[in-house]
Amino acid sequence: MRIALLGFGSVGQGIARAILAKDLDIIVTGLADSRSGTIDAGGIDLLAALARKGDGGPCGNPGVSPADVVAKAEYDVLVEVTPTNVETAEPALGHIRAALQRHKHVVTSNKGPIALAYPELRDLAEANGVLLKYEATVCGAIPLIHAMQEGLAGNTISRLYGVFNGTCNYILTRMAAEGLTYEQALAEARELGYAEADPTYDVEGIDAGVKLVILANTILDMHTTLDDVERTGITLLTPDALQLAEDLDCTIRLIGEIIPGAGVLRVSPRIVPKVHPLVVEGTLNAVTVEADLAGDLTFIGKGAGSTETASAVIGDLLYIRDRHVQGS
Amino acid sequence: MKLEMKDQPGQLVAALKPISAVGGNIIAVIHQRETSTATETLDVQIVLELPEGRLPNLLELLRAQGVSVVRIGEERLLYECTLIMIGHLMHTDLSDTVDQIDRTGSAEVTELSLVMPAIDAPSSARITIRSTTRAEMKRAIRILRAVAEQKNLLIIEPLEDA
Ligand SMILES: NC(=O)c1ccc[n+]([C@@H]2O[C@H](COP(=O)([O-])OP(=O)(O)OC[C@H]3O[C@@H](n4cnc5c(N)ncnc54)[C@H](OP(=O)(O)O)[C@@H]3O)[C@@H](O)[C@H]2O)c1
Repeated sequence: MRIALLGFGSVGQGIARAILAKDLDIIVTGLADSRSGTIDAGGIDLLAALARKGDGGPCGNPGVSPADVVAKAEYDVLVEVTPTNVETAEPALGHIRAALQRHKHVVTSNKGPIALAYPELRDLAEANGVLLKYEATVCGAIPLIHAMQEGLAGNTISRLYGVFNGTCNYILTRMAAEGLTYEQALAEARELGYAEADPTYDVEGIDAGVKLVILANTILDMHTTLDDVERTGITLLTPDALQLAEDLDCTIRLIGEIIPGAGVLRVSPRIVPKVHPLVVEGTLNAVTVEADLAGDLTFIGKGAGSTETASAVIGDLLYIRDRHVQGS
Repeated sequence: MKLEMKDQPGQLVAALKPISAVGGNIIAVIHQRETSTATETLDVQIVLELPEGRLPNLLELLRAQGVSVVRIGEERLLYECTLIMIGHLMHTDLSDTVDQIDRTGSAEVTELSLVMPAIDAPSSARITIRSTTRAEMKRAIRILRAVAEQKNLLIIEPLEDA
């Protein structure tokens, strides 16, 4: 199976390394980062591209743009792993549309286009006889979307809630364990690469909110936007508050929650008993799904990371290959 | 609240019907097997939730059914919920915050632990509310949310309902 890879950062490079390390029968015929691109129908030398990136260079030629790769490369699936923009979803949205119109399947880890334009993109994919998959957009390595779409098909979901943001979970874990202030724990998370220089997107609950919107709109038949999410972040939490929770054998976690029947989408810090399965440590994610036939299920795993997120993208790719790509 | 009665044949069934007739909700039926008297009757306790003001009505109906109620134990505040508040709790009149819940008459603040931080820094408090019904608890939490919004406080609710 041939793929074109847009974005060659943490996730893109993780995909390339997995393709190199494992016999996945995937070749990359198009590759682009923010400054360059390359197209090679015979298969791009990923090792060399990784080396160029490692040296701080571009992955390809400055004369080839991401749009060129989308429009001109010969591939079966476009893999879109460029940065998330939750306001416009661009330029990823345009690239995904263009690929679908070329009858190419699309796999993305980018939350923007899925949160903002899923119904349109799904219809476009259907009209062109191709698939659009986005497992990596929610909870990294955890195959939550696959589980809900396939394994739990036929169930009615009455509630879904959990820890959707590893950065916040790390900060809260450290505040509880060491009595750190929010600022101290955030500084530590930054040093370890768990938090961005501007952590707003994570600590204000926007990232978790976008993931709720994706689950609501693509699986739970709701029609929501980020504005529909009642949202409170963790920036005002105090070590005293964590201690007050601790006194009751509880702790505080940033919980995203969807109650489809009541139209509730909310992200807020909540008091949770320490023995609760959602109380996971460090950057882990954990989600509980309440399903009428299956009962309660809790998924725990790594919500981010180069290899872990690549795992979700590759799962989607092989799903498509096994069902839809001829002659591979 | 708790109703205690003699468990004579037929009494339990006779007691249950009127409870649902007045909109009550049975939470538990407990047989007191260690009853001391040498009679053949056992004591039975019914723990139930009753809408405000329906008790006289229920007792009337029970009497009509020939059920003899031995004792009525009123555990008025059945539901409990503990939340954490963060913000300038003292400067925004903590006792007024508590009052707004107590004033409902059907929910009240039964416990409050306040941690005072350095001067001018936000303080944190744990607040326990008890109420007669689940609906009253929801209402009390709604009131607290509104007060928090107005006073710029952060409310941390439990993951599960009361
Ligand atoms: N990292 C994770 O663990 C994780 C988990 C789940 C989902 N995601 C999502 O996956 C996506 C990628 O994340 P990441 O961590 O790999 O990001 P990243 O490390 O910042 O890499 C982004 C890549 O996209 C390239 N890029 C930026 N703008 C572009 C454009 N206009 N056209 C083409 N390429 C462009 C960048 O180019 P340069 O190399 O030239 O800068 C870089 O190679 C994001 O949407 C993120 O939200 C990430």
